[in-house]
Amino acid sequence: MIRVADVNHQIDGNPILTNVSCDIPQGEVTALIGPNGAGKSTLLKLMGRIEPLQTGHVAINDLDVGTTPSGQLALEMAYLGQNLSVASRLRVRELIGFGRWPHCKGHPGPVDHAAVHDALVMFDLVPFADRFLDELSGGQAQRAHLAMTFAQTTPWMLLDEPLNNLDMAHSRALMKRLSDLRDAGRSVVIVLHDLNHAAAWADHLIAMKNGRIAASGTAEEVLTPQTLAALYETDVQVLRYAGRPLVLHHI
Amino acid sequence: MSETVLQHPNLRLRQAATWLRHPVLWLSIALFLFCMIWLFQGLSGNYEFILKLRMKKLAALLTVGSAVAVSTILFQTVSANRILTPSIMGFDALYVMMQTLLVAALGTTGFAMIGAAPKFIVETGAMTVMALLLFGTLLRKGARDITRMILTGVILGTLFRAGSGLIGRVLDPNAFATVQSVSFANFSRAHTDVLGIGATITVLGCVIAMWLAPRFDVLGLGRDRAIALGLPHGRIVVAALGLVAVLVSVSTALVGPVAFFGLIVAGLAHAIAQRRPGGAHHRILLPVAALVAMCVLVGGQTFFERVMGQQATLSVVVEFLGGLFFLFLLLKGKIR
Ligand SMILES: Nc1ncnc2c1ncn2[C@@H]1O[C@H](COP(=O)(O)OP(=O)(O)OP(=O)(O)O)[C@@H](O)[C@H]1O
Ligand SMILES: [Mg+2]
Repeated sequence: MIRVADVNHQIDGNPILTNVSCDIPQGEVTALIGPNGAGKSTLLKLMGRIEPLQTGHVAINDLDVGTTPSGQLALEMAYLGQNLSVASRLRVRELIGFGRWPHCKGHPGPVDHAAVHDALVMFDLVPFADRFLDELSGGQAQRAHLAMTFAQTTPWMLLDEPLNNLDMAHSRALMKRLSDLRDAGRSVVIVLHDLNHAAAWADHLIAMKNGRIAASGTAEEVLTPQTLAALYETDVQVLRYAGRPLVLHHI
Repeated sequence: MSETVLQHPNLRLRQAATWLRHPVLWLSIALFLFCMIWLFQGLSGNYEFILKLRMKKLAALLTVGSAVAVSTILFQTVSANRILTPSIMGFDALYVMMQTLLVAALGTTGFAMIGAAPKFIVETGAMTVMALLLFGTLLRKGARDITRMILTGVILGTLFRAGSGLIGRVLDPNAFATVQSVSFANFSRAHTDVLGIGATITVLGCVIAMWLAPRFDVLGLGRDRAIALGLPHGRIVVAALGLVAVLVSVSTALVGPVAFFGLIVAGLAHAIAQRRPGGAHHRILLPVAALVAMCVLVGGQTFFERVMGQQATLSVVVEFLGGLFFLFLLLKGKIR
């Protein structure tokens, strides 16, 4: 479980997160939703100790994020950010190899090579393995970064809008893969803008607005016309399909 | 069975060919040849004396080359770009200012009396502390805005140079002259009084850099990703900047400020190393850069001094070409 307790966060005196507390259950796919600027990425960064906590506590599997050695946390959780630019000029295989850093500290063995190969296959990247990242399309680059995160093989995965740039087939395949991992006992926290992906695949939703948690619960509970209208300040219809909410956000 | 036997010699040949294509190997061979030419070309008369002199100069060139190369690559990794160098960011100007400041604070006679090596260590220490304070705060949060970095560098460089000038004016002209003699690069007249300590520090710095190399690879992924992978980001940034400051001190103390030399070296090193898989890794990149720098310096100095008969031309040519390369990178927008 990830336990977020009384987290407040400010940047230059502006409140970004206010009194955020939530428990993210283990062995489930948890989706963070909310309008632009709601604070989803900030919360994910604080959970992933990318930014230092200002007040409050975050603990992952009872390891306090503020005090546990970073190297130990890297074996516990993988984080994929929203910004994918890399300064070094790397080949796809090399980038994915960095996912193994927490395990091998730069001295990869057979297990690490196997993990990199599996990630290449999993994200249809074998034909691009020896290409430079700046020679890939946006979606291919996104998949390369996802492959690196998967190669880290951690119990927890924190993914910030991983569907960016992905086509329909790869989006669905990714969500399916995440739910398979969930079935294998791993846990996923994922920031999503496409509410229907959240409705179809997430076990638990947390809706954020203006730096606060606006609602949380199952898809049934959160994806109602009333909640969504308040969250996004725009009217939206919600139908039902195959026993799940279907949000008509595009019309 | 017979097939494997038949393949065997072919395979070994191919393995040998792969080895020879390794840039570290062929650059080492090239450097060795350059050094031999430098040492033994046109040797006549007082062998022992001339060889000793040439060896001293050679050691200075090798030290400066590796110090500039390693500091530039490390700085580019920390600042996440391919266009900035420590000198463009004003590191060497900072060193000259610290030098002037120390002379001003401690007095010419007193400070000069303690000997070249201790003096150099004090200057390098002061420089490293200042560099960490200034650039540490700039880079700890991760380098995001490249334009702002370039601007900051230009401003800091000018500021430090103006600072040296100001302090120099307050000092008496005599004292200022001793400082100013190291304000311009000159590869042929290295300040060999600090060669021993400078070379030692450079070797140490290179060993530490190679030891930390896998960590610098992770640092090159950018702050967020490095932290996510468990790298102690702040500490590695400080280590890299510390190494940069120390190595820049060495090269500046030996030959004076070299503005664009590091840029050429880093550009060449990336181009050479990138052609093979794993070439972005510092374990390859750092030695390749150091070898390229040493080849350019030793080969270039041999050419200008022995063929052209012009001792002091190399730095001018290198700076000119480096400046053109800098412009080229800027105009092509290849700043990442
Ligand atoms: N470095 C920063 N400096 C100042 N303000 C920032 C900074 N980073 C984020 N913010 C502000 O913090 C708020 C929350 O940002 P955050 O990135 O967490 O939003 P988000 O929910 O992930 O949005 P999006 O859906 O657009 O990704 C925003 O109002 C943003 O403007
Ligand atoms: Mg975001």
